[in-house]
Amino acid sequence: MSGDTDLPVLLPAARRLAERVRREREVGGPLPRLTARHGVWLAVILVFSAGAAGAQAGVGQESILSIMLKWTPLLFKGFIFNLAISFLAMAGGTAAGALLGVWQISLLPLVRAGSWLVTQFFRNAPWLVLLFFCMFLLPFQVRIFGVVIPLPDWIKATFGLALPVMANVSEIVRGAIQSIPSGQWESAESLAFNRRQTLTMIILPQCVKRMLPPWMNLYAILTMATVLASVVGVSEVMTLTGQVLSAEGGRTDLLIPFYSYILLWFFIYCYPIARLTVRLERHFAVKT
Amino acid sequence: MTATQTWTADQPIVHIADVHKSFGVVEVLKGVSLDVMKGEVICIIGPSGSGKSTLLRCINALVPINKGSILVEGQEVHDPKLNKLELRKKVGMVFQQYNLFPHKTALQNVMMAPVTVLKQNKAEVEARAYALLKKVRLEGKEPSYPGELSGGQQQRVAIARSLAMNPDVMLFDEVTAALDPETVKEVLVTIRDLAEEGMTCLLVTHEMGFARELADHMYFTDRGVIVEHGPPKEFFAHPRDPRTQQFLGQIL
Repeated sequence: MSGDTDLPVLLPAARRLAERVRREREVGGPLPRLTARHGVWLAVILVFSAGAAGAQAGVGQESILSIMLKWTPLLFKGFIFNLAISFLAMAGGTAAGALLGVWQISLLPLVRAGSWLVTQFFRNAPWLVLLFFCMFLLPFQVRIFGVVIPLPDWIKATFGLALPVMANVSEIVRGAIQSIPSGQWESAESLAFNRRQTLTMIILPQCVKRMLPPWMNLYAILTMATVLASVVGVSEVMTLTGQVLSAEGGRTDLLIPFYSYILLWFFIYCYPIARLTVRLERHFAVKT
Repeated sequence: MTATQTWTADQPIVHIADVHKSFGVVEVLKGVSLDVMKGEVICIIGPSGSGKSTLLRCINALVPINKGSILVEGQEVHDPKLNKLELRKKVGMVFQQYNLFPHKTALQNVMMAPVTVLKQNKAEVEARAYALLKKVRLEGKEPSYPGELSGGQQQRVAIARSLAMNPDVMLFDEVTAALDPETVKEVLVTIRDLAEEGMTCLLVTHEMGFARELADHMYFTDRGVIVEHGPPKEFFAHPRDPRTQQFLGQIL
């Protein structure tokens, strides 16, 4: 399995084998990896189930494909809503989590203990439970400086999803800071940098590289978790799919095609992120 | 522990008196006393674990002490009211692992501290940084990142970086221990130039030849105490204590 061959027609296969050997050598065994082939399988499941459903349907009914295409604009709007929730929750959670992560290494024991507690609490709470908490505990509108701001359901859901993101980002940041060799702190101190300067100019810039892959992983997980918002009543893609299915008369043969369709969308969105993460991990691993 | 005494050049620039340091239950320094006059080169040798590196780290307050006193230019180092940053502007340190900032070029590494900490004019600092890198024989390497430099080159950038702060005392913690023999010479030549210009240097080193040639005073530590000390000629030729004799016999 050297990846060398005399026959030109075997070259692609030889290269694939060499690539697999290299990867296996890295981890010591065959590693399951998400590839475009899995996306193709998803599409195959979708087509087959749609075909089977179509075969079972009567003569006068619409074809599955036309039903799916008919509802695609609406479902796509719902999907964009999911993505919007994921962006906002990630942005808010990252900002708060970065602060929390830096506070976890504070020299003040109270700050350190408090931020550790908050991180552990939100990290070990089920995301759905946090969502429910936020839906029922947050008011439906707030008054700030005499201005009344309504809080629609999706904002409360975004906040609820931002909380576990905050906790995970806090751990990512803390882990990255603690992975910087202590020699960096020592030499910075010897040069009379104060703690704030050391953190902002020396430690944190070195952390950014290390934090990127786990942070992107977290984003992919968050994107898929946005469908939890359907459980608390937000009108995103899962809720809309349910409504579409009941609008089509509750036909059970439509279930698999539609949910595979949604699965495919999520796959098409998250797959490039996963590939980019793998590439970034490899890129940074070689440098350090 | 006296706080501040007005310091004059006839007093030791670094005065260490009966310093004790424990890490938990392990006592690393068991009463160490040392005096360094301005312009002197002091070499501290000894087996690993004898407390040499800890002693250096106590001098610039990287490590607190349990008992005793350290005066740098008359300033008590372990005074809780002391501004550690002011002390560290006077005492520079170079480490065994270089500890350069990997995300900055060699020039930026050298410039960062004077610009940020001392708040000096950027153009002046840049000119001085170029001069310092030229002095350590790294002309042309200013835009290189530490990852692109060899060990010896990185160590010389580290020395230039400490010198940029214009310290009065330089501490060298086994700076050549991680280098291969060819590059060791480059670094030692740089340190020798520094010493000949009159910088007060405290070196923890295993380079006996270098120590013999350059040191004004030698100290041998073992298990947290200074066993023996003296001028290098006498120290190497006629060690008095059996532990010193054993150590020198092993390495020479």
